[in-house]
Amino acid sequence: MKWRGRPQPGRREDAARPEFEDVVLTHLDAAYGLARWLVRDPNLAEDVVQEAVLRGINYFASFRGEDGRAWLMRIVRNTAYTMLAARQQAGRIEAGDSDAVLDVPDPDDGPELALSRQDDAARLERALAALPIELRECLVLKEIEELSYKEIAHITGVPIGTVMSRLWRARRALMVAEGAADDEQ
Amino acid sequence: MSSNHCQEMRLLLQADVDGELQAAEAARVAAHLDSCPDCSRLQQQLLALSATLRDTLPKHSAPEHLRQAVRARLRGAPGRQAAARRWPVGIASALVGIAASLALFAVLPMRGADGMQDWVVAAHVRALQPQHLLDVASTDRHTVKPWFAGRLSFSPPVRDLAADGFPLIGARLDSLPGSEAAVLVYRRREHVINLFIWPATAEGETAEGSRDGYNFVHWAADGMTFWAVSDLNAQELLEFAGRVR
Ligand SMILES: [Zn+2]
Repeated sequence: MKWRGRPQPGRREDAARPEFEDVVLTHLDAAYGLARWLVRDPNLAEDVVQEAVLRGINYFASFRGEDGRAWLMRIVRNTAYTMLAARQQAGRIEAGDSDAVLDVPDPDDGPELALSRQDDAARLERALAALPIELRECLVLKEIEELSYKEIAHITGVPIGTVMSRLWRARRALMVAEGAADDEQ
Repeated sequence: MSSNHCQEMRLLLQADVDGELQAAEAARVAAHLDSCPDCSRLQQQLLALSATLRDTLPKHSAPEHLRQAVRARLRGAPGRQAAARRWPVGIASALVGIAASLALFAVLPMRGADGMQDWVVAAHVRALQPQHLLDVASTDRHTVKPWFAGRLSFSPPVRDLAADGFPLIGARLDSLPGSEAAVLVYRRREHVINLFIWPATAEGETAEGSRDGYNFVHWAADGMTFWAVSDLNAQELLEFAGRVR
């Protein structure tokens, strides 16, 4: 795994590196999409993205001009985890709050969608939402963001073998939920 | 129902569906599929699930108002130094109590060393979730140290502190913004101590304090930066840090 260094105060930006603003704005949809799937709450997802952007400003010195999308998504992912942890802590005080979050209707679901497709999507979304977060993020990064195992390993900070087994467990769970899988295991 | 061989094929089959296999491995999978109806069916199910997910799940695009807000924020923050000054340190530190004012936490940033405290505490909390703590479980530093080789481009110092009452229980990799960290996991009684280590040039830098009920001690030495985080009391955590140093 490649060491990417710590940010150093006063270090000047390389001319060859893309601007921070370009990286962020180019990959903002991917960043928001990931945050959205991780925290499952449109408002919190926006907060995660804004916070990640602010953190990104701090850590951009560590950016070596590699894949900007993976770099940004990694920060988004870590920020989402931090903010979810914060919410869970707060949830111990205000019990039931996080359940309410899950029921927020999706404003993206337009009326033009066919009913059956809405049913499918809703069922799948529920199954996906019910997955442990580390399984869900692997599946989302693979199926929705269409990232490679290597990129997913980089973003989630685990070895590729772990990505593969998490993907398998996630898919297995969804296939069982869909009734498509055998009952074994 | 499936044979052991088929069980072993699963991750390979999945990798094939995900387009991750080289030609030779893909040929091996194809040969197995020709002779195994169970795995063929599994392949179809994986492909169908993939197609369904991609067709039916909504693609969440960033809302326009978020894009505007980010754009405005980027314009207002030309560089990290300037950005760091936008919020007074006092306000920032008052805010980082995670459980405290959640709404404010959500919109206000944490910066520099202050920010790192929150990252390592959050990483510590995350690691306490089931099956997140250890990638390698071992009380033997001669097992743990080589485990990092090949996984990291630096070699963290691994000390055996069992005689001091801080037995090593294992290690893992963790991701902090922009870098990998080696994490050594020690124990004192029922308390877990996460020791985060990565290369840094901030020689002589130190910090200690607490966040959300977790104590931390930070120092830098020999080209590495160290953060120890635990729910152990501050005094014993300092003792731990002293043993490591
Ligand atoms: Zn088979």
